[in-house]
Amino acid sequence: MSSGLKLTVKLTCILAAAVLSTSAFAHQFSQGDIKIGHPWSRVSPSTAPVAGAYLTVTNSGTEPDRLTGGSTPIADRIEVHQMTLDDGIARMRPLPDGIEVAPGASVELAPGGIHLMLIKPNQQLIEGSSFKATLEFARAGTVEIEFVVQRNPAVETGSGNEHGGHGQ
Amino acid sequence: MSGLRAFRFMVWAGIVVLGVFVIGSTPLSGGSPTDEVSSGTAKVGGSFSLVSHGGERVDNQSLVGRAYLVFFGFTYCPDICPTTLFELTDLMTELGPVADRFKVLFITVDPERDTQEALASYMTSFDSRIAALRGTAAETDAALKAFSAYAKRVPLESGEYTMDHTAGVFLMKADGGFGGMMDMHEPRETRLEKLRRLAKGQVTSS
Ligand SMILES: [Cu+2]
Repeated sequence: MSSGLKLTVKLTCILAAAVLSTSAFAHQFSQGDIKIGHPWSRVSPSTAPVAGAYLTVTNSGTEPDRLTGGSTPIADRIEVHQMTLDDGIARMRPLPDGIEVAPGASVELAPGGIHLMLIKPNQQLIEGSSFKATLEFARAGTVEIEFVVQRNPAVETGSGNEHGGHGQ
Repeated sequence: MSGLRAFRFMVWAGIVVLGVFVIGSTPLSGGSPTDEVSSGTAKVGGSFSLVSHGGERVDNQSLVGRAYLVFFGFTYCPDICPTTLFELTDLMTELGPVADRFKVLFITVDPERDTQEALASYMTSFDSRIAALRGTAAETDAALKAFSAYAKRVPLESGEYTMDHTAGVFLMKADGGFGGMMDMHEPRETRLEKLRRLAKGQVTSS
């Protein structure tokens, strides 16, 4: 293969990756001072009794707010939980008061930390699908959002040698 | 502010200590074949007997001469357990037939809710070579003890409960010795290399 062609192929890959990652990231929702960035949920195993969901909350207001939970047509309810890993022991606890978002701050809910927990999903979460949910905030009230279902967190899949690979 | 500083310092100190611990406790990477069974801190690899989601009895006797991976979890876990299973599935897909040379066992620490039927359905989402194992409460305790692993039932305000549990993946060599832990936060290449070595180890010793 000529080096020119190689470069073209490489550029195409980079472009494709850029387009794919922006489309995966280009969704956010807001209500008042609260902005919800890239709500996503992981592909769930068949008949899993729970599922984790993640997002970023940004509070652009001047008062603290608090994400306390939510609801979705595809599960009994949504709770705020925290996962910790100490000494190799995984522990998960509900945060009944939710999670505070200070004025001007962003809080990221991500695997291995704080997550939204879908209790008793009534359907399996399939890669590429999406579902609606309503988040509840102490100040901002309810925020309507839509989660996309991904197999992996987008940030972890960005290593360039992955494209055209396996795993389908 | 100084509280935040102290916290940051503690986090970094924790990372350093953890790093030293991880480097010091990876017998798979260059350890001699004689340093088996004892990991230096806890004994790993005792006797256990459980039933797979397919209804087959699996115990330490049936695994003699086989390299295998073990990890503990439960299906009411939304984060680390399905993630580990999906990632193991990806690694096994990449390894292809090399992954036939070791067994992969997912032991539920919540046999009350994780019935054999529930596990059978749950496992359809993962590599078919992964077996979910379940036992009575006593059998589950014995399995935890066999790997010096930890699990505890924690009641929640809602009336439900959750399980605290050891999260890492135990690598067991074909000779029955403990081959170290695999951490799902390690780079993918490191994990693949550990599994290739585990698979190779079985070839030379049988
Ligand atoms: Cu949870």
